Amino acid sequence: MALEISGISASESKGRSLEWVAMAIGVVILIGAPFVIYPVFLMELLCMALFACAFNLLIGGGGLLSFGHAAFFGGGAYIAAETAKEFGFPFELAILAGTLTATFLGLIAGAIAIRRSGLIFAMVTLALAQAIYFLALRLPFTHSEDGIQAVPRGWLLGVVDLRDNMAMYYVTAGIFFLGYVLVRRVWKSPFGQVLRAIKDNQPRMISLGFPVDRYKLINFVLSAALAGVAGSLKAVALGLATLTDVDFTTSAAVVLMVLLGGLGTLMGPVVGAVITVSMDEYLAGIGVPVPVVIGVIFVLIILIFRRGIVGEFLYYLNRWQSRG
Amino acid sequence: MSAMALFGQLLLGLINGSFYAMLSLGLAIVFGLLGIVNAAQGAFYMLGAFFAWMLGQYLGIGYWPSLLLAPIGVAAFGMLLERTIIKRVYNLDHLYGLLLTLGLFQIIQGLFVYWYGTSGQPYDYPEALSGGHNLGFMFLPNYRAWVVVASLILCFGTWFAIERTRLGAYLRAATENPTLVRAFGINVPLLVTLAFGGGVALAGVAGVLAAPIYQVNPLMGGNILITVFAVVVIGGFGSILGSIVTGLMLGVLEGFSKVFYPEASNMVIFAIMIVVLMTKPQGLFGRER
Repeated sequence: MALEISGISASESKGRSLEWVAMAIGVVILIGAPFVIYPVFLMELLCMALFACAFNLLIGGGGLLSFGHAAFFGGGAYIAAETAKEFGFPFELAILAGTLTATFLGLIAGAIAIRRSGLIFAMVTLALAQAIYFLALRLPFTHSEDGIQAVPRGWLLGVVDLRDNMAMYYVTAGIFFLGYVLVRRVWKSPFGQVLRAIKDNQPRMISLGFPVDRYKLINFVLSAALAGVAGSLKAVALGLATLTDVDFTTSAAVVLMVLLGGLGTLMGPVVGAVITVSMDEYLAGIGVPVPVVIGVIFVLIILIFRRGIVGEFLYYLNRWQSRG
Repeated sequence: MSAMALFGQLLLGLINGSFYAMLSLGLAIVFGLLGIVNAAQGAFYMLGAFFAWMLGQYLGIGYWPSLLLAPIGVAAFGMLLERTIIKRVYNLDHLYGLLLTLGLFQIIQGLFVYWYGTSGQPYDYPEALSGGHNLGFMFLPNYRAWVVVASLILCFGTWFAIERTRLGAYLRAATENPTLVRAFGINVPLLVTLAFGGGVALAGVAGVLAAPIYQVNPLMGGNILITVFAVVVIGGFGSILGSIVTGLMLGVLEGFSKVFYPEASNMVIFAIMIVVLMTKPQGLFGRER
């Protein structure tokens, strides 16, 4: 039995109007949220949500579960922080530098990892990410345990002062929105359809003449690049890049977010990220051991609701509509 | 570079290698039978060390009884988890098995970090194995020699039990075709539970053996687990002997690199993994599945 990935193709025709309503509500929330909730917390939340969307691009598109996505998130974060702080790069260039680094890392890691699939793919990505982690621990510019702190936000295109939390928030929200639209666009494109077909029946796609490995690699690199955007943005918005960004807990956290929201659903990663990040914040405040709670949620999702929140919702919606 | 330091590091490499071998052996047995990669294996290693430490701390039980009792405790706990939770994902995609055991790993490790912190508890060498011998070219601490010998015996004993005994034959048959083996009247679910217990007990023994060398630390399982995953990828899941040989070999290589280029010692196994994946993607001893 395969992973229960709620492909968008299943709900495409029926859920279309519903999806637009959900997106409209999402945009309203995105615009109004900083008036109600502390913007810096929201920025962290949006960066993690973008990271989750990037991860979801890989598993929802190609069915490949990466256990090492923190390497691209953290790799981007470190380079963006370093270039913004030490080289004096403006905001846009720092984000670009971080993204390019993650893209490059993704190209190398992807070329190695896509040689295997399933369980071994997961283990290989985990091991590669661990290698990146050790690299981050050793390289002098990362300041090992301290990380890179007090990263300046700078100015957007030289005109908007990003030291203002509201300005920084709306830039973050804009980039998040573009990332979300990009993932959606990729999935609905012929490229995305080929990827889903590869996931369903790889030998058939090979015999049809599709360069399967190239499709998988491109998807992997895209996912890594988007994770890099999220990491770079996080480093600049929150002003720091640390070892936590590249370590295994972050890789596991993003798996949890997407699993909780629903593998392969467009909105799932966002929902998962909102819940996970808020929960982290709340639990850390009252002194409950967060990893234990995360582990319990992992176990419960897998035993009870493998489709995730959005996935289950779409499933029952589909059943209800086809009955009525 | 003194010969002393070289051989000392090689010995430590051999010890780490035998831990890798025991953990990946346990993974290979469970994987062969169930198709599940048990990410909680690192937690069972940590539990082995902690059970031994707790037996000593709270009950005053020494090293030698603990060497037997702690792995039994680990196996019992593992089999309980297998019967109650892990068995529910056997019919699902095997990635769910990995995610589920990862969740269990986080719960176990998280609880121990919560209770005991991350600083680590010291665990004394057994009296009989304190001191060491000067072999001329190196100083050989008795305890370390014992760890190497004990792990080698255990690894090859496991190999013998699986490849050369009747129970092992059942186990291998159940790996190939569980339905047919059941038709012969063999209780496969029981066999699976016992094999799972055996697999995690190996990790438990490794944990007890490691306790006096490294401190008893809640995080010890996570650190070794990722390395063991890389070892498994390098060796492939094909053969029992393959996991033993790969584990030992990589431990020694890691030891070597600590002598000549310490900065890269953490990376060497991952570098080898990359080379193996590029040249022989199914692993050194693996079969295409």
